Amino acid sequence: MSATTKTRTAAEGRTASKPAPASAAARLLGDRRLPVLVTAGLFLAMYIGGLSRYQNYGFGEPQVFLNLFIDNSYLLVAAVGATFVIMSGGIDLSVGSLIGFTTMFTAWLVERQGLPLLLVIPLALGVGAFGGFLMGYVIHNFEIQPFIVTLAGLFLFRGLCLVISKESISISDSTVSSMAQTRVSLGLGELSIGAIVALVVLAAAFYILHYTRFGRRVYAIGGNEQSALLMGLPLGGTKIAVYTVSGFCSALAGLLFMLYIQSGDPLHAVGMELDAIAAVVIGGTLLTGGSGYVLGTLFGVLVLGLIKSIIQFEGTLSSWWTKIATGVLLCAFILIQRAMTTRKQT
Amino acid sequence: MAEPRPVLEMTGIVKEFPGVRALSGVDFRLFPGEIHALMGENGAGKSTLIKVLTGVHTLDGGTITLDGKAVRIGSPLQAQHAGISTVYQEVNLCPNLSVAENIFIGREPTRAGRIQWKQIRKEAAEMVDRLGLDIDVTAPLSSYPLAVQQLVAIVRSVGHGDSDGEGSGTKVLVLDEPTSSLDRDEVLELFRLMRRLRDEGVAILFVSHFLDQIYEICDRMTVLRNGTLVGEHMVADLDQVGLIELMIGKALDQLEELHEHQLRSDVGETLVKAEGLGRTGGIAPFDLEIKKGEVLGLAGLLGSGRTELARLLFGADQPDSGKVTVAGKQVSMSAPNDAIGAGVAFCSENRKTEGLVPDLTVRENIILALQASRGWTRPIPASQRDELVAKYIKALDIRPANPEARVGQLSGGNQQKVLLARWLITQPKLLILDEPTRGIDVGAKAEIQKLVVSLSEDGMSVLYIAAELEEVLRLSHTIGVLRDRKLVAQLTNGPEITTSKILETIASGEHQ
Ligand SMILES: Nc1ncnc2c1ncn2[C@@H]1O[C@H](COP(=O)(O)OP(=O)(O)O)[C@@H](O)[C@H]1O
Ligand SMILES: [Mg+2]
Repeated sequence: MSATTKTRTAAEGRTASKPAPASAAARLLGDRRLPVLVTAGLFLAMYIGGLSRYQNYGFGEPQVFLNLFIDNSYLLVAAVGATFVIMSGGIDLSVGSLIGFTTMFTAWLVERQGLPLLLVIPLALGVGAFGGFLMGYVIHNFEIQPFIVTLAGLFLFRGLCLVISKESISISDSTVSSMAQTRVSLGLGELSIGAIVALVVLAAAFYILHYTRFGRRVYAIGGNEQSALLMGLPLGGTKIAVYTVSGFCSALAGLLFMLYIQSGDPLHAVGMELDAIAAVVIGGTLLTGGSGYVLGTLFGVLVLGLIKSIIQFEGTLSSWWTKIATGVLLCAFILIQRAMTTRKQT
Repeated sequence: MAEPRPVLEMTGIVKEFPGVRALSGVDFRLFPGEIHALMGENGAGKSTLIKVLTGVHTLDGGTITLDGKAVRIGSPLQAQHAGISTVYQEVNLCPNLSVAENIFIGREPTRAGRIQWKQIRKEAAEMVDRLGLDIDVTAPLSSYPLAVQQLVAIVRSVGHGDSDGEGSGTKVLVLDEPTSSLDRDEVLELFRLMRRLRDEGVAILFVSHFLDQIYEICDRMTVLRNGTLVGEHMVADLDQVGLIELMIGKALDQLEELHEHQLRSDVGETLVKAEGLGRTGGIAPFDLEIKKGEVLGLAGLLGSGRTELARLLFGADQPDSGKVTVAGKQVSMSAPNDAIGAGVAFCSENRKTEGLVPDLTVRENIILALQASRGWTRPIPASQRDELVAKYIKALDIRPANPEARVGQLSGGNQQKVLLARWLITQPKLLILDEPTRGIDVGAKAEIQKLVVSLSEDGMSVLYIAAELEEVLRLSHTIGVLRDRKLVAQLTNGPEITTSKILETIASGEHQ
């Protein structure tokens, strides 16, 4: 038998065992992009619902839409960081504390120590990234659950807030207030500096996750850590980098939050890690890692933001309805994830 | 004969896991341009030796030299840099990534840090094509069956050298059971590729359970047994019977021992009948009949498919083909519960992990299967339960005779008896015993064998799996011989059947 005939038989053998052409519905269910589409669809439906219900109250103004980015810029940045961690199969609970710490730290340096903002920004980002690096280092080198390590981080950073000061520090620095008030016009409306930074971070994250080796390693480790190790991927370096990214993003989110609220407070952003995780999950990233898109995280954040605005427009509803709606959504999306993963296994 | 210098030399390799000495002082060498088989039964330490070589496990002793230089390989990444490409026994790819990405990840072509996806897709498609695989490389790996995944792993390991041509850097290619779920054509395709790489000077370490494949493609082999080196031979100098003797560690004539047939001679009508039952990656389709009161023994090397056959009969694995009838009625073997309902019981080979719950008491462990067969909504009355447990503790002489003792604290033999009691209490028609005597002392061994004989006399059918051929021979009415995941022969026990006869059948793969 010549080599060519052998090749053909083998090829035929395997063609036959290709998965049978699935029905359109089944194919759609198996598509990794489905969760993102669902979230985007949900956002659109909610937006259209809001339009029809509050059209006389100015819900249709483009600025209302753009405000979603302005009011949630810090959440978007934090959620992008959380996307890296969750994609790699980990979790970071220190996000909210680190945000709170960053607001305190910067407010204290700017107001009490009189350091220029432009010096304080890189300092705060460096501290956040270093905090993330330390947590990643402990998680990898001592093989401790990320849940535990970042929980320790949560307490540590919240504690450090109180070490700086027990009271909130309001910021009167002129650079900060002028930066906070700067608006960039887009014609139909305007965006804050914070919103623009958040969108840049999002774009950078997308590029990193899809077009760099580091990004692909994050997906690989989330898919199967043991396999990634056996394939010769640098497990430790990647994991540590992921938590460093998350720490950096948290610090950046802290800066945006400080800009947005113009104060530092030891109780800022309590529990925001949970909002970030919720946005990531609603955005379609699997909590077990390895599957999802950072673009989905954007929609997750927008959905959460839209819930808040709708409740504001409603006027009579109290704000804890946001929490209830988030809870219901989270539940629904986790069930969708479950359905998708079990389908894949069969 | 002046031999060229080995590209790889491992000397005095020691590896210990908690409670197991997986490798004790193994020497191994690999020459450029040869295909070298690493042989041994399951658990002999083949995969461990490979993982020590590639830095998955750390060495507990010994040295590794590569190209004459002593090396310390600390991780699979370092192994790759040192020119060792590996396909591990467990498929080690990421199911969530595309086929193309699985082939390239870790060495993606980049330009200014940006991954060149087009190039990756194109090259991956070519590489996959060259191995005779016609698949969409952009689809996630998880959308393909295991065999394709195995081929993709192979493409990944050899692919690097393949695309770069000469001087690719792969000096050693390690393939740990890459053929376990491939069909014949795919195996031929793989062999063609292996020969080409060998001719280019790559040293290939090949592990396979299929003896025929070894004799077809390998030049030299190293045999391990229980973590020790048994010998290194040229394949041409050692025939299959000789190899099996080395692997199991006994000479054929030594195995031949007189055995008295004190078996019940009149077995009844057919109880269990399997027709064309099979599972890809498990065992090739087989026909099997077990009569009432018959003891059917399964013989074959570890890894030849004995357990897989039993698991199919019990519904622990899903068959791809065939059907099972019990007492004339077809049973859907979709879950063990169906089998239990039909009167089939299965004593697992891994009594620690699959059978017993070490933290529960003897009583709770014994009652488990009976309770399962009744359904969890109908508890067994306490008095009846205690009576049953006491009866079986006495009948099997379980020590200590304390129903409240935790099973984890019992000796191996007594744990085995608890497991047996659990299934006997359900009064099965067919009892499957997978290595019931492994790792237990001689006395308990004899008791369990006696029990099998008496169960058979009482009309219970038994499927008996044991590593020791004498044991199978002593107890069985019929002996099913397995080789390379196929049931190759069924021998009716009689004076002319000896252990060497069985061994010959295992070695040759056919019944003369
Ligand atoms: N990670 C591990 N932890 C504990 N024991 C192990 C581990 N890997 C292998 N072993 C043990 O080492 C021995 C050799 O196993 P292995 O190398 O997988 O054998 P083979 O590949 O020849 O079938 C077995 O007794 C097995 O149980
Ligand atoms: Mg192995």
